[in-house]
Amino acid sequence: MSAILEINGVTAGYGAAPVLQDVSISVPTGTICAVLGANGAGKTTLLRTLSGLLKPTAGQVVFDGQDLREVKVEHLIRLGLAHVPEGRGVVTELTVDENLRLGGLWRKDRADARRALDEVYQLFEPLQRRRSSAGHQLSGGERQMLALGRALVARPKVLLLDEPSLGLAPRVTAQIMALLRQLRDDTGLTVLLVEQNVRSALSVADEGVVMSLGRVVVSTSAEQLRGDDELRHAYLGF
Amino acid sequence: MDKLLSLTFIGLSRGAVYSAFALALVLIWRAARIVNFAQGAMAVATAYAAYSVTKATDSYWLGFVAALVGGLVLGALVERGVMRFVDHSAPLNNVIVALGVVLVITAIVGMIYGNQFLPFEGPFDQRPLMVGGTGLLSPYDLFVLGTVLLIVVLLALLFTRTPVGLRMRASAFAPEVSRLLGVNVAGMLTLGWALAAAVGAVGGMLVIPTELGLHPHAMDLVFVSAFTAAVVGGLDSPVGAVIGGIFVGLVLTYSTGYIASDITPVAILVLLLVVLLVRPGGLFSTTAARHV
Amino acid sequence: MTATEEVENTRTQGATTLARASTVRGGAFGRTLVRHAVYALVAIVVLIVLTSALAGTGNTFLNYQLAMVCAYLCATAGLTFLTGINGQLSLGHGALMATGAYGAALTIRALADRGIEAVWAVFVALLVGVLAALVVGAVIGAAAARLRGPYLAGVTTVIAIVVPAITTTFDGIFKGDQGLSFVTPSPGAVPALLSNEEWQAYLGIGCAVLVMFLLANLISSRFGRQFRAVANDEVAAKLSGINIARTQVLAFVVSAGCAGLGGALMAAITQQAAPGAYSLTLSLYLLMAIVIGGLGSLAGAVWGALLLVALPDLSTRITDSLELSPDLAQKLDGNLALAIFGLFLIIVMIVAPGGIQGLVRRLSGRLSARRRSAGS
Ligand SMILES: Nc1ncnc2c1ncn2[C@@H]1O[C@H](COP(=O)(O)OP(=O)(O)OP(=O)(O)O)[C@@H](O)[C@H]1O
Ligand SMILES: [Mg+2]
Repeated sequence: MSAILEINGVTAGYGAAPVLQDVSISVPTGTICAVLGANGAGKTTLLRTLSGLLKPTAGQVVFDGQDLREVKVEHLIRLGLAHVPEGRGVVTELTVDENLRLGGLWRKDRADARRALDEVYQLFEPLQRRRSSAGHQLSGGERQMLALGRALVARPKVLLLDEPSLGLAPRVTAQIMALLRQLRDDTGLTVLLVEQNVRSALSVADEGVVMSLGRVVVSTSAEQLRGDDELRHAYLGF
Repeated sequence: MDKLLSLTFIGLSRGAVYSAFALALVLIWRAARIVNFAQGAMAVATAYAAYSVTKATDSYWLGFVAALVGGLVLGALVERGVMRFVDHSAPLNNVIVALGVVLVITAIVGMIYGNQFLPFEGPFDQRPLMVGGTGLLSPYDLFVLGTVLLIVVLLALLFTRTPVGLRMRASAFAPEVSRLLGVNVAGMLTLGWALAAAVGAVGGMLVIPTELGLHPHAMDLVFVSAFTAAVVGGLDSPVGAVIGGIFVGLVLTYSTGYIASDITPVAILVLLLVVLLVRPGGLFSTTAARHV
Repeated sequence: MTATEEVENTRTQGATTLARASTVRGGAFGRTLVRHAVYALVAIVVLIVLTSALAGTGNTFLNYQLAMVCAYLCATAGLTFLTGINGQLSLGHGALMATGAYGAALTIRALADRGIEAVWAVFVALLVGVLAALVVGAVIGAAAARLRGPYLAGVTTVIAIVVPAITTTFDGIFKGDQGLSFVTPSPGAVPALLSNEEWQAYLGIGCAVLVMFLLANLISSRFGRQFRAVANDEVAAKLSGINIARTQVLAFVVSAGCAGLGGALMAAITQQAAPGAYSLTLSLYLLMAIVIGGLGSLAGAVWGALLLVALPDLSTRITDSLELSPDLAQKLDGNLALAIFGLFLIIVMIVAPGGIQGLVRRLSGRLSARRRSAGS
């Protein structure tokens, strides 16, 4: 099985001291890879570096055979990499429909963009009902659906998700995890899933990576993380 | 009664220009969180371009097109060449650099054209049409109102109905998310400046023929009036800018008509202070605070 | 009450531990005061020597220029205090200078009408100019304290445009565009010893040194820290118990007083007060001067004041030396300085936000570092 996303020895940070140090992760095509770790472990920094919002000072990221150092942030979505940032990034001043359309604006083929939009509306019934509501009128769960839906309008190959469960009820979190599983199984979507909610994340993930203080400390199958009590105690605290 | 009526019409036409100009300020404010203090000077520069073209070709309309295109180019230039490099962490910096742009533009047009008033004619008669013995709107006033209405409608369509408009709004509200979604945020910013400067240029073209003529400082008072209009409407609200412009136009016209002909500057100051101190949110703004 | 006494007073009110801290601070402030006094004395001596040296050249214009530098310095120092230290942007300081100028002009004319042309009339006129600016400054400051960023800039722009225009609205008093002209009383009894220009220079030196001395002490005082705190982080300042609004109004009033003195001096030097001299451009010039000179320190204001006199002079010389046609020369006159100022302003803001003073400091820092490394 080939890896659609290869992170090789990436070092990155905001100022003098790097936050990420020599991070290497390989995400096989069509899998869900959970990235776990305490607050401040560098998970968000990792995703920001992947999508080029932050430039790595060392190492490289290879996506679908292409070195991402040479790709502009604006271009990633055209290549099939979608990033749902921490806090979801719903544009609260725009309506639901406008937010969703943003996900397909890069397409030259307008009809195709239209179809992708309709697919997402079918996937998320509640969004259909709230099409013309402003983003700031949505509940937390609806916002998460919107952010996820907007990324799916781009029909990405890889989805970078930063803490989708943040502030959501367990039932809604479970729905989202089920959806990710369904997308992986039906469409072969690859997901890099950053989560604090370890149980939920491991319930759908194929692979598990644990980060601590900017380094990868464990990289193994999700099954093993679920089953190995010692690992769980040592790194995940339960 | 006749006086009130005719003042009202004059005020509407004058206010329409302020609306356009305030709209230009709001466009840049929404795109970049910058109050463009160079807006007046930029409009003056494009009006000089129009002056030269009209003089060479003998056509007002070619001059008008020159101002419009000049505005687009100048706006893009100021953003790409200057404002982009400013450290935006302190709002003071933007204002100071914009003032630097004012000095440079004023100096350049002064060097080329001199500091005296140049004659600047409108395309239509400015004498009011008589309706039942009362002078109401002049053909020129109609031209002004029509042009501003056209600008407002075109901008509204652009922003609400087109993909470019959606991109521009998204990049203004959430630049990082927009970049992740493939929007060329830097390009949208440049486009916003260009559009705003073009709208400002049209505002200048409309107002200068009604004043003493073309002069490096011809837009100073218009700028502060339009700033007042934008503040009245709330800097974030395009609709507010249009209404605020009309409001300021009416207030200024009534006060010059009923109090004294040279009261305008004082009236602007009073109006601005009253609005800022009494309704600090602006009349149409959704955000309450002015802590910028 | 001297500043040390004031510190003493606060000490008796405070707890003993605080008292110890403030003794240390009081001592430090006392030392600063002495240091500033020494600077002021040295500046006065140097400038007096300079004035007589300039008088010796026989070119009276040089002393006139020195006097103008001093007048500008009052205003730029006041604006530096407001914008650089307290973080409030004012585009209306030209208008405050106008207020001072008209206050002084009206006073001198009123006294002259009563036959009073003694030297003390000038001092009364300067005082009235300052008072007028203080009053106007208090009004604007009260409004300004509630406004931030572009809003404050907008309101002060309006003021900069409106105040000169008022002179035509009320041309009965202010004589419209013509303005008020008068003869500034001078110690004319000994004209052979003291030319008019020398007298103006001494007057300017006295005022400028006084302003710098007062502001320097204010900035390094307990209040000074409050002014800075408000500029740096308003929320934090509020949490630490500083009354934001009062601090800002106070800063505006102090700054307005300085600008008023500058304007009054300018009127006394040029022997007139006319709206043309106090347009929006003057306000922009003042702001630009302090930015290019270096925001945040009074030394920057000195550079700025020098620039305001030197650069227009230089650009006039350049245009004169080019032997242009009269038409072109007229177009370049003034506009060249304007263009240079504008470009400098933009470049400094983008490339060297510390301004001239920042560069000087960096250069002298590098020099002393090299000397140190050479010595070791
Ligand atoms: N913009 C920034 N500037 C400077 N340092 C930052 C910035 N953002 C994050 N950091 C630092 O980088 C480190 C990693 O932060 P990051 O946001 O990647 O953590 P995280 O794993 O996503 O945490 P959380 O689970 O709380 O979201 C932290 O120490 C944080 O303080
Ligand atoms: Mg995070």
